[in-house]
Amino acid sequence: MSEQLERYSYDIVVIGAGGAGLRAAVEAREAGLRVAIICKSLFGKAHTVMAEGGVAASMGNVNESDNWMVHFRDTMRGGKFLNHYRMAELHAKEAPERVWELELWGALFDRTKEGKISQRNFGGHEYPRLAHVGDRTGLELIRTMQQRIVAMQQKDGRETGNPESFIKVFAELTVTEITKENGKVSGAYGYWRESGKEVFFEAPAVVLATGGVGKTFKITSNSWEGTGDGHALALKAGGNLVDMEFLQFHPTGMVWPPSVRGLLVTESVRGDGGVLTNTDGVRFMFNYIPDVFKDKYADNEAEADRWYNDQANNRRPPELLPRDEVARAINSEVKAGRGTEHGGVFLDVSKRLPADVIKKKLPSMWHQFYELAGVDITKEAMEVGPTCHYVMGGVEVDPDSAAAVGVPGLFAAGEVAGGMHGSNRLGGNSLSDLLVFGRRAGVGASEYVKSNGANPASEDSLKVAHERIEKPFSQVGGENPYALHQELQEVAHNLVGIIRTRAELEEAIAKIADIRERAKSVSVSGGREFNPGFHLTFDLDNMLLIAESTAKSALLREESRGGHTRDDFPGMNAQWRQVNHISSFNGDHVSVRQQPLPSLPKELFDLFDIHELEKYMTPEEIAKGGSN
Amino acid sequence: MARTIKLRIWRGNAKDGGLQDVTVDANEGEVVLDVIHRVQATQMNDLAVRWNCKAGKCGSCSMEINGKPRLACMTQMANFEEDETITITPLRAFPVIKDLVTDVSFNYKKAMEIPAFEPPADLKPGEPRMEQIDVERSQEFRKCIECFLCQDTCHVIRDHEENKKSFAGPRFFIRIAELDMHPLDMLRNRKQKAQEEHGLGMCNITKCCTEVCPEHIRITDNAIIPMKERVVDVKYDPARWLGSKIRKRDGIL
Amino acid sequence: MATGVFSSGRAKIKERTLRTDRWWLQPAFTVFVLLSFIVYATIRAFENAHYFAAPLISPFYSPCLTPNCVAGSSLLGQPIGVVHLFGIMVSPSLFILIFPLGFRLTCYYYRKAYYRSFWMSPPACAVAEPHSKYTGETRAPLIMQNAHRWFFYAGLVFNVILTIDAILAFRNADNKWGHMSVGTLVLLANATFLWLYSASCHTCRHTIGGRLRNFSKHPVRYKLWTYVSILNHKHQNFAWVSLFGVALADLYVRQVSSGSITNFYFF
Repeated sequence: MSEQLERYSYDIVVIGAGGAGLRAAVEAREAGLRVAIICKSLFGKAHTVMAEGGVAASMGNVNESDNWMVHFRDTMRGGKFLNHYRMAELHAKEAPERVWELELWGALFDRTKEGKISQRNFGGHEYPRLAHVGDRTGLELIRTMQQRIVAMQQKDGRETGNPESFIKVFAELTVTEITKENGKVSGAYGYWRESGKEVFFEAPAVVLATGGVGKTFKITSNSWEGTGDGHALALKAGGNLVDMEFLQFHPTGMVWPPSVRGLLVTESVRGDGGVLTNTDGVRFMFNYIPDVFKDKYADNEAEADRWYNDQANNRRPPELLPRDEVARAINSEVKAGRGTEHGGVFLDVSKRLPADVIKKKLPSMWHQFYELAGVDITKEAMEVGPTCHYVMGGVEVDPDSAAAVGVPGLFAAGEVAGGMHGSNRLGGNSLSDLLVFGRRAGVGASEYVKSNGANPASEDSLKVAHERIEKPFSQVGGENPYALHQELQEVAHNLVGIIRTRAELEEAIAKIADIRERAKSVSVSGGREFNPGFHLTFDLDNMLLIAESTAKSALLREESRGGHTRDDFPGMNAQWRQVNHISSFNGDHVSVRQQPLPSLPKELFDLFDIHELEKYMTPEEIAKGGSN
Repeated sequence: MARTIKLRIWRGNAKDGGLQDVTVDANEGEVVLDVIHRVQATQMNDLAVRWNCKAGKCGSCSMEINGKPRLACMTQMANFEEDETITITPLRAFPVIKDLVTDVSFNYKKAMEIPAFEPPADLKPGEPRMEQIDVERSQEFRKCIECFLCQDTCHVIRDHEENKKSFAGPRFFIRIAELDMHPLDMLRNRKQKAQEEHGLGMCNITKCCTEVCPEHIRITDNAIIPMKERVVDVKYDPARWLGSKIRKRDGIL
Repeated sequence: MATGVFSSGRAKIKERTLRTDRWWLQPAFTVFVLLSFIVYATIRAFENAHYFAAPLISPFYSPCLTPNCVAGSSLLGQPIGVVHLFGIMVSPSLFILIFPLGFRLTCYYYRKAYYRSFWMSPPACAVAEPHSKYTGETRAPLIMQNAHRWFFYAGLVFNVILTIDAILAFRNADNKWGHMSVGTLVLLANATFLWLYSASCHTCRHTIGGRLRNFSKHPVRYKLWTYVSILNHKHQNFAWVSLFGVALADLYVRQVSSGSITNFYFF
């Protein structure tokens, strides 16, 4: 078969053409290297386009008091101090430059009166910090970098006669394997989605920029691409995943109709009068007010309703409890059988406010659901439940070079990399993360290639990769990949979802193992040509690894922090803050071990008020006052 | 709630193919893409369809529904009559690969032909100052999600394969307009190139591109016609031509 | 060789279009209305009569520039001599109609309308056109569409003249000022529609500010551009309304002039 195998040779292979991947490719080309960019969908369609809010960078255009130190503090607080401090530091320091250079590549951000890049407020950011273009900042980012790549290709075309002599985009191609030789990366093996034909990219360095894992869950805002490919590729190549238990769920995502399933319903719907009811018609949030909040939240409907007009003399409606409390309540109602058949509850604003007021206060919400699903939120209730949005965990990397720990030649940036956001990501920090660490991965990979040189792959490693692709076709009458995927999503969503318990996690681990076993016999119908069933078999394999890693990490972490909520361990525990969970894969199963989180060096430690740190750290850590 | 609907889906490849009838359930509030996915999961496991975000933001699920170029994720089933048979085909201006997936590489080739943004050579990061009113026109064109529905519907290439070599298409006319109106772009021959190399003169402003744009970009009125007028300035207007020779006015041509 | 949607490599579908709506309705309607107007305008242009009933003059004949114009109808004198072609006297209307006709023929909206409905290029979106070759507006004669701005300027001159005609209509049949009739309103409406049509024109939008790269350096022109842009949204509507306006104004004058109706005076 190796006679017909399509082969390429590059210095660097970038997997994923979202913000991080493209930024890495730009940097690698600037270092004079030859780069292959591989993406599962068409060039320019990556999930980055979904980001609306903006890109966080402390340029100080709107408030001059902003600087990297404030941004760093906000990021650490958001992550509940579980972030890798060095990543958060680099991110805060370099984000402004990364945004500014986009302008010179043609990006057009919204402007301030002085003609600078406008910045908007966002949850968790002390100052207006998010550079934005209306609500399509992600699109602007991806388009700008796509066009930057084209500009570089045009220049290469003028100089060498071939625009693709240095950068070539391989669209609609799935990578199934990172090949290694002598313990180092030797390339990436995959197939064209269009034809099913196999391809091998020989390259000493591979940058993973594959984004998130949302498709592991039933309800998600992620597109089909979010199947954790990079996470799984890294695991299988001998890399580690860090803190996979941390996933950002939004308590109110649409669960029905399917055309808007997973889309977020902003908190302002509740703030403007939306109430949550179960299928019995009961406004259930009154039953879920924790004791510590009793004095701030109304325990009866009359008072709650008065609050909207008179906030001084009334307690807040319980719909406005913190995110995890709302999530826990919805979760309990659904599990008690008082949820809708699609696993949600009702969020209704239509009976609370006149239609014109709703349209005025929530224009984009109204418009989005009306246009996409014909749901008129001024007339009917929404069906909502927790939706998976973002994974904080990811490939364990060296912060400065983005090099994956344990796999020479492998790099990771963006959502696929872990550590940067700790246990919870701030809005706007994902786009800046892409830019900062995308560039660093480009630099890191370039330096690696320049000092290590080529690492040719052996025919043996290609044979293994080939056999794996062939397998689903050689099996007849096996499991249906669609059915298994659905089953996995149910398990992940119900048992490893937004609220977790020991019993459920243990059950999930067993069920995931069972699905994994059955997935070995998966078979597909039809040919290799653009066959979605065939594509799903590989995605499924990846998602199973992610689910296993997440469930096992979640079982170990006996506390609640950021994107990990344990019903049986509701509080945050300073001991647990010092622990990272490292997943690795031995070819058969994922195992998770604990590893100490690098502690804040003194100069960063001193950026915080000591009383704030006392909330997160142990007395010994406080007494030590930083690590050097 | 659920109703049974009749679809005719085009299946095949570059060599051959045809419309196949299929019956499938549709639920309230679903869009065409949901129904296609149900067909895929239950009846045609290997039905090829391109899609991504399912929220009208990425522009992947372009196809033709009852003969009209549309995004499948933005076409509600509620738009159709109870007993209507819905015909779904791939884009008809591009070569088909399989089923509903077409080869849109034409568009990426054209993107490569448009000269890139060229900022002033000495401008440093963080230095640009642009007012909102100066960037708004180009911002409208940057809303483009590259679904290529405009390219698909444009009769210049849809109905005349031979024009593809000399015609960039509406998507790239808005790209040219975006750059020609960009406050920082220094390249001054975009108008001439638009006419001489990218086929702006082929456009007869019949506005189908504007009609199909899911982002509601006013392609014809705000990009193509202004570009045609700018071309007249530099190519077909003796008075302007003379004026520009006599005194080079900055910021206009 | 098959081209267009039937080219080899494209999805094999035998229908020219799979549209199920009545896509042919709009082009058919456009053909009907435009043809009606052309027929009416041609008859009236050659009729060379009933175009003046003091103080009202038909927009088809204003300004009347030849010595055979009826008394009182020549606002700008009679600089053009009587011309005979093939032994027939050329109607004074023909000397002037060429300008508004040219303005409308090269108008970006009308181009869309007649390319679609008359030339079927394309008849409607995603409906295959019947032509085997297409070069657009790249060569003669269609490259002349680029002369739109000159017709726009000429159109402005006519707008001024027709506005003056409307003002002159604030007189009675004996040319005494201070009167107003239905005819006054008709001519006023006609002039207003024509101004709206011109002001909403794409060339106008370009000239007034569209050609600038930096609006912020030209605040006044930017402001004007925003107003014209608002009107430009409605250019299609103004194109039709002003077309009907001209025809109806002419019809009204004709009826008054021929004695079919009496021009009612309010005061």
